[in-house]
Amino acid sequence: MHEMSIALAVVDQVEEAARSHGATGVRTVRLRIGELAGVVPDALAFSFGLACTGTVVEGAELVTETVPGRARCASCDDEWAVGMPPRLICPVCDRATAELVSGRELLIAAVEWHDDPADPRVREPISQEG
Amino acid sequence: MCRVVDLQQAVLAKNDATAEVLRKELAARGTAVVNVLSSPGSGKTALLEGELLLARERGVTAAALTADLATENDAVRLARSGLPVKQVLTDGLCHLEADMLAGHLHGWLAEDTRLVFVENVGNLVCPASYDLGEALRVVLASVTEGEDKPLKYPTAFGLAHLVIVTKTDIAEAVGFDEAAFRANVEQVNPGVDVVLTSARTGAGTGVLLDRALAAAEGTAVHMPVMAQARA
Ligand SMILES: Nc1nc2c(ncn2[C@@H]2O[C@H](COP(=O)(O)OP(=O)(O)OP(=O)(O)O)[C@@H](O)[C@H]2O)c(=O)[nH]1
Ligand SMILES: [Mg+2]
Ligand SMILES: [Zn+2]
Ligand SMILES: [Zn+2]
Repeated sequence: MHEMSIALAVVDQVEEAARSHGATGVRTVRLRIGELAGVVPDALAFSFGLACTGTVVEGAELVTETVPGRARCASCDDEWAVGMPPRLICPVCDRATAELVSGRELLIAAVEWHDDPADPRVREPISQEG
Repeated sequence: MCRVVDLQQAVLAKNDATAEVLRKELAARGTAVVNVLSSPGSGKTALLEGELLLARERGVTAAALTADLATENDAVRLARSGLPVKQVLTDGLCHLEADMLAGHLHGWLAEDTRLVFVENVGNLVCPASYDLGEALRVVLASVTEGEDKPLKYPTAFGLAHLVIVTKTDIAEAVGFDEAAFRANVEQVNPGVDVVLTSARTGAGTGVLLDRALAAAEGTAVHMPVMAQARA
């Protein structure tokens, strides 16, 4: 089960980001997982709970958004939902000229955290702040 | 105080970056890694035994690395070719990652090695997500596994540069429907080649070696639709 490896990579990156922003706790981690990423969200959620133990990420809620697989045909410009199992041959012209538009994402989209008001870094403006 | 920071970071960014560095380093000296994926028991070791023997006969400098959760059996089998072989025990991990491979190749691989065959852990799910810096990714399915394997493991088959059917000597006995298998492969990976092999009869032996050598020489490999977009 490689979801544990994926979870560790997520925790690692969130920890790094949290540290560089002077955060003292993480409330939510938002992931975007494509249908074709080869990752099972439930297994990942389970592993995530274990992976964040003892880190600044401990106790954070994991929110995953599934990104549907979509493809576009370079010949006829048709765009379709590939489904599962995916159909990557164009349903209109039956040609093998597809490009994948989405579905392979495995991204940490956003992180929500608590700041330590005593940390001077917190007062610096953060450009990506949402 | 609480804030939201938009990260948009790829989870596997580190692995992908390590893989890319390894691929470039090896390509610069004319070396290609062949990443071999399949379910447990599909015949990875048997196929590689044939390819390594042939490589030895033809004087191709090749090496092999085989990853398993336990036992050195596969390395013992592959080492009979007389070529350098290394067994990697993954310590419970169900797949290889790029930094593991880079670590194992470092200081072990002879400078003039053209091909490194990597037998990944027998598993069609986890290894599919990890780029190892390979020039050629091969996915195997034996005739006993059912024609719908490509649909059940679309990420593995969808990212293959080459698909190899193994154990064709028993295809008839198990009623393997080649046309159905090919159609299923085509659905998830349009345009990829499907090669039929048997380690028993020797049918198809050498196809993988030729493709691997071509890749080492810089010949472009098939580009799977699924490999085109990677956020
Ligand atoms: N009939 C037949 N049997 C084969 C062939 N290739 C492999 N086998 C048998 O299939 C079994 C598994 O083969 P291996 O080569 O060990 O398979 P593997 O994929 O390396 O297995 P793991 O490393 O354990 O995942 C063995 O009993 C082999 O003898 C073949 O071409 N024909
Ligand atoms: Mg084996
Ligand atoms: Zn796994
Ligand atoms: Zn079309």
